[in-house]
Order: sequence, then structure tokens, then C-alpha cells
Amino acid sequence: MTGPLHGVVVCHGDVAGSLIGAAEEISGIRGVLTAVSNSGCDRGQLEDRIVTAVGDRPTVVFVDMPSGSCLFAAMRRVSPMPGAAVVTGVNLAMLLDFLFHRDMTAAEAAARAVETATRAIGVRP
Amino acid sequence: MSIIAARIDDRLVHGQVVIGWGRPLEIGRIVLVDSEVAGSPFEQELYRMAVPAGIEVEFLAADTAAVRVGELADSAERVLVLTGTVQGMVHLARETPKIRAINLGGIHDGPARREYLRYVYLTPAELGDLRELAAAGVRITAQDLPTAAPIDLGTLSR
Repeated sequence: MTGPLHGVVVCHGDVAGSLIGAAEEISGIRGVLTAVSNSGCDRGQLEDRIVTAVGDRPTVVFVDMPSGSCLFAAMRRVSPMPGAAVVTGVNLAMLLDFLFHRDMTAAEAAARAVETATRAIGVRP
Repeated sequence: MSIIAARIDDRLVHGQVVIGWGRPLEIGRIVLVDSEVAGSPFEQELYRMAVPAGIEVEFLAADTAAVRVGELADSAERVLVLTGTVQGMVHLARETPKIRAINLGGIHDGPARREYLRYVYLTPAELGDLRELAAAGVRITAQDLPTAAPIDLGTLSR
């Protein structure tokens, strides 16, 4: 895998497209994140969508749920790829941070994404 | 009769099955009949991740599933039987009379398939097999979630 770090967001329904749209609107950074939806496809077709979106670039795959069809497809096809990593529980804070911090490996970016997303969750006074 | 549902869903064990059906129907065991998954510890581990505490999950190969499904049908457990293909469920229903109703839950587009609902696409051969089962007395309906109205195969394919 060669080239700059890229992100693929895999979610149920229209969630991925909406998250990416919001992240791009806030950051002004476009063309780094690709949306994949699980709508209207079976397991094999979803895997194909993810593999196509990843291509041969170093990639972090952001998945919505910690189980389910999106994660299963990502783990089946992306986990074996060197230069790619899978993260669950995608949120907007995670994606925004990723857009500004891509000068690292996919594994490092994935670990950072988890830290960022976790910090973004909390009960505020 | 403890086969609460027999569902065809090409995504196998996923949110709609576990949350959408599992909770309201108080399913205690999901039986996935799929030879590929039954032979792969990695695949099984993935699907176990989708199942919450309180629901058992069991993986059966297609050629040996009928006996076990028959046993479970006579047990007190509330069981959801799942296959990923029409062919798999038709085979199972032909092998065991315990499958008296089939839910078409998620059969997506593919070669030679025609759309009947947004979540049900069938080839002529698949439709023919299902009609044959229906004629033999198996109730076949399409229903993605319990909150949706079931649509009988005859209405669906008219």
C-alpha cells in the first residue's frame, strides 16, 4: 500500500455520508474520506464496496458499530491487509482529528482515533 | 414448537436479526445453518460478537443441521433458525418437517434475481422452490422486521 493515509467510513444506512459531509464542512478538507453504506447489499457486495474504497492506499476503516454486518465485512477483508486498520464507534470528533493528523501509520492513526473519540464522550456539567 | 422463526438473511447474524427480532421474540438461541461458517472458527468468532449475553448461538453445517434443528424444535428453548441462502433454507425445510414457516428477511440483488421488495430479490429457480414449499404447507412470508406487516409469498410474487 502506498500514498497518503486515507479513511473509509462504513456505516448502516446514510450515516457514513452524513458524517463525512459534516467533517468536510467543518474542516474544509475533502477527498480524504470515502463513505460506504451497507444498504441494499449482501455480505459479499458489502465486502466488495469496502475493498474498492480502500484500494491500495494505507487506510483506516472507521465502522459505526462494534459488531454487525459493517464490522464483519471490514474485519474479513481489511484486517488481513498490511497498512490498513479497523476502528469501531466512529464519531465526528474522531473523523475531524483524523483529517488533521494523517502523518502516521494506519495502526497509529487508529489508536489515536480511539483516544480522540473516547475523550469526546462524556457528561458535561 | 420452539422454532420461533426460520429466517433467510444473506447478512446472517447482524443487528436486524439480533436486535430487531431477537429482543421482541425473546429468542434464546440463534442457530446459523451455513457450512462455511460452521467450518471457520474466525467467522464464528465474528458472529458471536453480534450476539448479546442471554442469547446462545450455534453453528451447523447444512448437511447435518436437520437432526439438530429437529431436536431444538422439541425443546423448551425459543430458537431462531437462520440461513444465508434460499437454497439453504429450502434444503433444511425439505429435510425436517419442523420448519413450518419461513421468513424472507434479507435476500439482496444478484445475478438473474428480480426485485420483489427492496429487501427481497429472487431468481426464478429460488421462487419456484419457495412456491413448492408453500404448496406443501410451509407458510412463507416476507418481513424484514416484526414491526412491519408480513407479506405472503403468493401476494409478493403475483
